[in-house]
Amino acid sequence: MTEHLLNVENLTVEFKSSGSTMKAVNGVNLQLNKKETLGIVGESGSGKSVTATALMRLIPSPPGKITDGHIYFNGRDLLQLSEKDMRNVRGNDMSMIFQDPITSLNPVLTVGNQIVEVIRAHEKISKKDAATKAVEMLKMVGIPEPEKRLKMYPHEFSGGMRQRVMIAIALACNPKLLIADEPTTALDVTVQAQILDLMKKLQQEHDTAIIMITHDLGVVWELCDKVNVMYAGRTVESTTTRQLYDNALHPYTWGLLESQITMGTQEQERLPAIPGSPPDLTMPHSGCHFASRCPLATEICHHTAPELVEVQSNHFVACHLQSKEQIVERKEGIFNAAK
Amino acid sequence: MGSFILKRLINLVPTLLVVGIIVFIITRMIPGDPASVMLGPQASVEDVENLRAELGLDKSLPAQFVSYIADLAQLNLGYSYSYSESVFGLIAERFPNTVILALAALFIAVVIGIPAGIFAARKQNTIVDYVVMLVSLVGVSMPIFWLGIMLVLFFSVNLGWLPATGMGSMDDGLWAFIKHLILPACALATIPMATFARITRSSMLEVISQDYIKTARSKGIKEYLVIGKHAFKNALTPILTVLGMQISNLLGGAVLTETIFSWPGMGRLIVDAIDKRDFVVVQGTVIFIAFIFVLVNLIVDVLYKVVNPKVNLDSDGGKK
Repeated sequence: MTEHLLNVENLTVEFKSSGSTMKAVNGVNLQLNKKETLGIVGESGSGKSVTATALMRLIPSPPGKITDGHIYFNGRDLLQLSEKDMRNVRGNDMSMIFQDPITSLNPVLTVGNQIVEVIRAHEKISKKDAATKAVEMLKMVGIPEPEKRLKMYPHEFSGGMRQRVMIAIALACNPKLLIADEPTTALDVTVQAQILDLMKKLQQEHDTAIIMITHDLGVVWELCDKVNVMYAGRTVESTTTRQLYDNALHPYTWGLLESQITMGTQEQERLPAIPGSPPDLTMPHSGCHFASRCPLATEICHHTAPELVEVQSNHFVACHLQSKEQIVERKEGIFNAAK
Repeated sequence: MGSFILKRLINLVPTLLVVGIIVFIITRMIPGDPASVMLGPQASVEDVENLRAELGLDKSLPAQFVSYIADLAQLNLGYSYSYSESVFGLIAERFPNTVILALAALFIAVVIGIPAGIFAARKQNTIVDYVVMLVSLVGVSMPIFWLGIMLVLFFSVNLGWLPATGMGSMDDGLWAFIKHLILPACALATIPMATFARITRSSMLEVISQDYIKTARSKGIKEYLVIGKHAFKNALTPILTVLGMQISNLLGGAVLTETIFSWPGMGRLIVDAIDKRDFVVVQGTVIFIAFIFVLVNLIVDVLYKVVNPKVNLDSDGGKK
C-alpha cells in the first residue's frame, strides 16, 4: 500500500443534544495524496463541514465527539495525539480556511497580528522577522501595499481581501494540507473566481494538498482531482472528477449534477431539484438514507443500507444499483409501469 | 478623538446645571429648617432668625437659586457652617478616603469576578459553572447592610481578627491601614464582583461560539491565548460598560458601607449633611459626584475605542 498523506478510516462523529444522539459523520473513509485536491460535496447538513472540522480535531466538545475511526496524517494517527502535539499540527502541517471571511477574522486584532501569531506559534522567530514574513504572505496572496495593510483591522478590508488574508494565515507555515470549508460561498462570483485561481496557483507553487468542501460542483470541476459525495453523514459516491462527470452512478449525485446551471440551460427554465429534504439523523434508520427521496428506490433500499463498494477501479458507490446497466433497467421498468 | 473629548467636556456644563437644579429643589423639599436643626431645640427664635439670615435662607427661593447658581459658575461650592469649613475642603478631605475604599473594592471585584466569569463560560453547564452562577446570584442579591454586619460579627467580634470600624492611619504602618480596609472593601466588593462574574460569563459565551475563535484554534495557538487574547478582548466591551457604572457608583461614596464601618468618606458626609440639613454640603457633594460620574463615563467611552477598533468616536459624538 502506498503511503497516503491523509488516510481517514471509518471516521464517526456524534453530537449529543437533550437526550438524542446524532451521527453527523458515519464511517467516512478518505484518502489523499501529496499535491492532490479532493472535493467533498453534498448539501447542507450532509456532514462535510463536520468531517473537515474533525480532521483538525476542532469539533466542539461537548456536544460533539469523534467516537470512532482513525485519521492517519503523514503516517501518524491524529486521534492518538495529545492536545499539545495536535496544536503543533494545526496551522503548521494542516490548516483551514472557513466559509465566511467576515466572521473568521478577529475584529479587534490587526491583520498583521493575526498572521504573525500563527508564524510565531510554530517557528522560533523574532516578532520583526515574523512581521517581514507576514508582509511576504500578504504580497503572495495579492494584497496591495502589504506593509500598510498589516496594521489595519479586518473591517477595513473587503470580503475578498479578507479571504485572501485567511489564505495568507493558513499558508503562513507552509502546510502540507489545506482544508478549505466552502471558501467562496460568501463571496461575489467574480471574487470567487479570483480566490479559486489564487488557491490553484498557490497549490502549484507550494505543493499543498487541498480538501475542498463545497456544494458547488463547478468548483469541484475547476479544482479537484477526485470527489467524495456525502449524504446524511456517509460517503455515497467517491471517484475521480472526470469519472463523476462522465459516469456518475449514485442517484443523489445525478440530482446534484442535474441541479447545476449549464451552458444549455434555457432562460426561465426551472432547474431540476431533488425532492424532499435530508433525513433526521437523530432517528434510527435501517435502509439507505436517500431512499425516501430516490426516484429509483426499490423495496430493499428501504430496509437495508447499501455498503460502499468499488464498482470500477477507483469508483466507489453506496447504492443497491451498482452499474449503469442496472440503473437503466430500473429506469425503464419505472417508465413502463407508468405507461 | 480630541474633538470628541472636547465636545463631551462642553456637554458637562448643561449636565451639571441640570443636576444642580434638581439637587436645589430636592434639598428645599426636605422638611425641617436647617437653622433650627443646627442650633438645637433650646435655641431662641432670635438666634434662629440670625442664622437664617447668615445662611441666606431668609431670602426668597428664586433669590437663593440665583446666588447658588452664581456661586457654582465661579466653581464655588459654598461654605458649611455646621462643619465650619468650605465644601471644597470637606470634599478634598473625604474624597480620597472614598477613592481608597472604592479602588480596594474594585480590585477585589475585578480580580475575582472577571476570572470567575471566564472560568464559568469555559466550563459552561458543568458543576463549576453552576456554582459560580449561584454564588454570584447570591452576591448580587445580598443586602450590604446585612453582609456588613455579619462580617463584623464574625471577623471582628467572634474571631477578633480585624477591626470593626474606622479607617487606619498610614502612620501606624501599612498593615494597620490594610487591616481596617479589608472588611469594608469586601462588603462593598460583593455586588460589583457578582455583576462582573455574570456579565463576563455571558459576554464570553457569546464570543466563544464565534467563527474567529475557531480560526484561532485552527492556527494551533495555545488555549490561554485563544481565551485571553482572542476571546476576552472581544468580550470586553460589555464588561467595560459595567465597569464604568460600578466605578461611578463606588466613587459616589458607598453610603451603607461607609455608615456601617464608620468610614470617613463621601457617603457618610452626605448622610451626615442631610441629617444636619446642611444644604450647602449636600448640594456641593452631589454636584461633585455627578461630575465624577460624567468623567468616568467619558473615560469609558474613550476606552471603547481602545478595545474595539470599529468604534468611531468622532463620527457622531459617540459609539457607532
